[in-house]
Amino acid sequence: MDEKIVSMKNIVKEFSGVRVLDNVDFNIYKGKIMALVGENGAGKSTLMKILTGVYLKTSGDIYLEGKEVNFTTTKESQDMGVAIIHQELNLVQDLSISENIFLGREPVGKSGKIKWKQLYDESKQWLDKLGLNESPKELVKNLSVGKQQLIEIAKALSLNAKVIIMDEPTGALTISETEKLFEVVNELRSQGHSIVYISHRLNEIFQICDYVTVLRDGTLVGEKTIDELDEDKIIEMMVGRKLSEQYPRVNTILGHTVLEVKNLSNKFVKDISFELKEGEILGVAGLVGAGRTEMARSIYGVYPLDKGEILMKGKPVVIKSPKDAIKEGIAYVSEDRKSNGIVLGLNIVENVTLASLDQYVGKIGKINKSEEEKSTDSYVKSMSIKAAGTKQLLKFLSGGNQQKVALAKNLNTNPKILILDEPTRGVDVGAKKEIYELINKYKESGMSILMISSEIPEILGISDRVMVMHEGMVTGTLDIKNADQEKIMSLAVGKEVS
Amino acid sequence: MKKLSLKGRDWKSILSQNKPVIVLLILIVAMSIMNDRFLTWSNALTVLRQTSINAVIATGLTFAILIGGIDLSVGSVLAICGAVSAKMVASGMNIFLVILLTLMLGLGMGMVNGLFISKGRLQPFIATLGTMTLLRGFTLVYTQGKPISIFGSETSAVYSKIGTGYFLGIPIPVYIMLFVFVIAYYILRHMKIGRYTYALGSNEEATMYSGIKTDNVKIFVYGISGFLSALAGIIVTSRLGSAQPTAGSGYELDAIAAVVIGGTSMAGGIGTIFGTAIGALIIGILNNALNLLQVSSYYQGVAKGIVILIAVLLDRKQRTSR
Ligand SMILES: Nc1ncnc2c1ncn2[C@@H]1O[C@H](COP(=O)(O)OP(=O)(O)OP(=O)(O)O)[C@@H](O)[C@H]1O
Ligand SMILES: [Mg+2]
Repeated sequence: MDEKIVSMKNIVKEFSGVRVLDNVDFNIYKGKIMALVGENGAGKSTLMKILTGVYLKTSGDIYLEGKEVNFTTTKESQDMGVAIIHQELNLVQDLSISENIFLGREPVGKSGKIKWKQLYDESKQWLDKLGLNESPKELVKNLSVGKQQLIEIAKALSLNAKVIIMDEPTGALTISETEKLFEVVNELRSQGHSIVYISHRLNEIFQICDYVTVLRDGTLVGEKTIDELDEDKIIEMMVGRKLSEQYPRVNTILGHTVLEVKNLSNKFVKDISFELKEGEILGVAGLVGAGRTEMARSIYGVYPLDKGEILMKGKPVVIKSPKDAIKEGIAYVSEDRKSNGIVLGLNIVENVTLASLDQYVGKIGKINKSEEEKSTDSYVKSMSIKAAGTKQLLKFLSGGNQQKVALAKNLNTNPKILILDEPTRGVDVGAKKEIYELINKYKESGMSILMISSEIPEILGISDRVMVMHEGMVTGTLDIKNADQEKIMSLAVGKEVS
Repeated sequence: MKKLSLKGRDWKSILSQNKPVIVLLILIVAMSIMNDRFLTWSNALTVLRQTSINAVIATGLTFAILIGGIDLSVGSVLAICGAVSAKMVASGMNIFLVILLTLMLGLGMGMVNGLFISKGRLQPFIATLGTMTLLRGFTLVYTQGKPISIFGSETSAVYSKIGTGYFLGIPIPVYIMLFVFVIAYYILRHMKIGRYTYALGSNEEATMYSGIKTDNVKIFVYGISGFLSALAGIIVTSRLGSAQPTAGSGYELDAIAAVVIGGTSMAGGIGTIFGTAIGALIIGILNNALNLLQVSSYYQGVAKGIVILIAVLLDRKQRTSR
């Protein structure tokens, strides 16, 4: 048996009377990687926030290297060598990369002046290690979500902690970024660091982890070594039953062309043209930075167009704002839910109806709250959104459940065209399948779906066609029958495919 | 055992969610012990009447602060609207027309603030600091630095009833205040625009992505603030019988204090009209208490500052507790 560096015993956590962790035991082994898995809302992030002093436990004991500890702030846990990379980004957008990495512990000289050179040099080392070639002086707000995630990782690594907790670090990363991260993680392990790795991507767990702990609904299901398990066994432990086919494909007869995009150009994308038919799912693949999100947002009226035309059912439409887009029947589920997908300070009902409030108001603008409640309830049921109730604020939902609410908000505008930007990011295996089934249901009812995803299996799994982008341009479109991972990857790096 | 502890927690959580109410109750109890003139019907009415002006302004300001903004121009809008309405009354204009025009003037000025902030992309603090200074100067020019009497026509007497009159033994401004509270509560809780106000204050980008014209929401919100400042201007002018060129200066501070004591977050997105009502009452009672206790005006500021800080600190502690 390996040596325990952290052991959490009988941890209970209640939020205003609701128990979200019930007598959970959790161990971290020295120089090993412990995977922590479970469905959305199982309590993974909460458990790790308790360990790092973000939340206070209701009861239970925590031991670090055999000594009982009780962190009440993140600072305390950091000082004792425990660092966490949170699921949600916590960067200061208007500061530079290196200012973010060293925020609150900038190297200073005797006079209190920041040693900028040291700051930049040390940041650069971490950026190099993670394969980022951005300047340390670059402002964080100019980075993609994926790169911001890497900055969070650099920040935690630079603390040189004994125990490093990674809460879904790869959610926004590309394949090559993920591989780079794994190299770093392996190196950390061989140097004796202990790591907790939370992810919904089970293949990653088999790639790097030594142990697996499974939580379900706030209780411990079990702790196993990786050799005792395979993917199906983990899933069974997570959801309590076996799951059939992960990608449920439905073949519908495609209808008329609904959306035509012609020669769309602006400062992000060049000469984008494609068509979308009724009942069709068009997958959009590409590396992070290929301009997929920018293309989607340009169609959605967030970014102005320099050139090009958008036609709905053959008629040109003018879309200058998301309001126009929604009116034309286009909805967009953002890849970055925290900054523009949902409103954390509003509750589930208020979020679900935010983009479609006009459906619920009478002449003087009074909201019909019971109607709102009814619509929300139906989404909560059909998507199995886990929450204490529909009046729970979004900031208290787990990441995956927030994502479901973001999707519900957009579906509730009754779109003809649904643009999904990384729709299953941070969503657990069971819920992923539920989301695919939901997408399929809307597809069968004639909705057209543009699905941007960095998960190629997902794209291959449910799309009818695949469009691949590279550096702001479409490099090719493949019919699903002759699409495969290899062809997509070569198009994604800008190579021709026969 | 379990049941008992649960009950204890509920009792605690009810208290902790209403810290401003507790401060208010403590203030009332303490004052009734210290001064026997405090807890009388007539003093209660005085407090309410004095509170009404600040309460009306603070209600408008609650909207601005809820969207993460601020409106410093409330006092100046009050002054210029009061002056214009005094002149109109004195000239014998129809009383309803006077009120309507004055309120529209305030609304318009507020919407101009909103335009600067939304379309002009100015920081709310800067934009309203500008209009505050500008409108104060404008008031001085308009009044030539002298009070404008409301008297001199047959409608003057009616106009002066707004601030000095009673109905069923209760001052009319108190009714106005209650009416404003109810309407504002209704807007924030039940109307589309109220929902958008919270959404905008909590996450502007996500609100825009949801197809909401955030500029229009801002213009509306600052419009309300201007509108209610004008209403406060009418009450003040009517009560004094004249429009003072310096009327309302510094009023923004008491109003901001009321909003913040009431639990509204300066960062936007969190807050209620109920809270603001309590906050305004706390400020009102404090002012009244300090006068009753004959505290010198130098010390009044000190005492008020301390109470404001305590109230806000209590609220902060509650919010960051985990
Ligand atoms: N601050 C809070 N207040 C109230 N409830 C909370 C709070 N934080 C989390 N919860 C609830 O606790 C439960 C566990 O949430 P947690 O974020 O730990 O889940 P998770 O396992 O990390 O899920 P995901 O995979 O979706 O990130 C959820 O039901 C969530 O709604
Ligand atoms: Mg989580």
